[in-house]
Amino acid sequence: MSHEIETGMGKKTLTGYLLGFILSLIFTVFAFWVVTIQSLNKADMYITVSVLAIAQLIVQVIFFLRLNGSKEGKWNLFSFIFTIFVTFVLVGGSLWIMHNLNYNMMH
Amino acid sequence: MSTEVVHGGHEHDHHASSDATDVLGFWLYLMTDCVLFATLFATFAVLRHNLYGGVPLKNLIDLWYVFGETAFLLLSNLTYGLGMLALYKGHKTALQNWLILTVILGLGFVVMEVNEFVHFINEGHGPQTSAAMSGFFTLVGTHGLHVSFGIFWMITLIFQVRKFGMNRMMTRRFTYLGLFWNFLDIVWIFVFTIVYLMGVIG
Repeated sequence: MSHEIETGMGKKTLTGYLLGFILSLIFTVFAFWVVTIQSLNKADMYITVSVLAIAQLIVQVIFFLRLNGSKEGKWNLFSFIFTIFVTFVLVGGSLWIMHNLNYNMMH
Repeated sequence: MSTEVVHGGHEHDHHASSDATDVLGFWLYLMTDCVLFATLFATFAVLRHNLYGGVPLKNLIDLWYVFGETAFLLLSNLTYGLGMLALYKGHKTALQNWLILTVILGLGFVVMEVNEFVHFINEGHGPQTSAAMSGFFTLVGTHGLHVSFGIFWMITLIFQVRKFGMNRMMTRRFTYLGLFWNFLDIVWIFVFTIVYLMGVIG
């Protein structure tokens, strides 16, 4: 007897979890390695770890949370995208404003 | 509850199942939690160079240690997922074992983090020493507090599933906790990247 319920998210599978775990581990190890050996210049390292973080976010959202665009899960996806947007505005906006204020104070 | 009586079995119409709607409700809470963390990240990012004469975070961070914390949390997400698979198959013992393992891994993370905080404070880099450290402790501490609540919740559910069995109510509760637990690992991706890795890069 299956104890599953309809969640609006995709079906959980062993393959999905293992794949998600392995990919997350690879991205994590790579990010730590790049910084530990100081392999690139500062700007490139910033970009590398950021890209890896976003890649791991996508992996975890797809393979662990099983967020998809299905009819049942539409509103989960929409609210998630909106939240990302709000995050960008909050963080980006704060950085921009404070940077400007710092500049105006110093010049 | 009355919703279960009304919606039971009538999934062929265009209304979402009651379960999916409830999951959406919890998901929306999680989205607000995401916005909370966004404000803490924004504050940390803006203040991270305001050291007030203190040492940069770079000097305090041990990346191997942070990798250890990360491994604990990532692994705990896998073990929780395996627990959910056991729940779906109705394997009660496997479920309980995976949950207990998840709790242990989660506790490993929290213990490591508390130890790091105590170490920082004893070395004279507590949250009150500078704006940067306030930002650090607030962001990382809030995440750690969420993990602690998650562990408490998980222990509660372990006892509850022993009492109530693997019924629909428990499945829903495990679903919510699963989303919460996954969410915390996702936030941690950004904590270790932005606070620790970028802290070391400089």
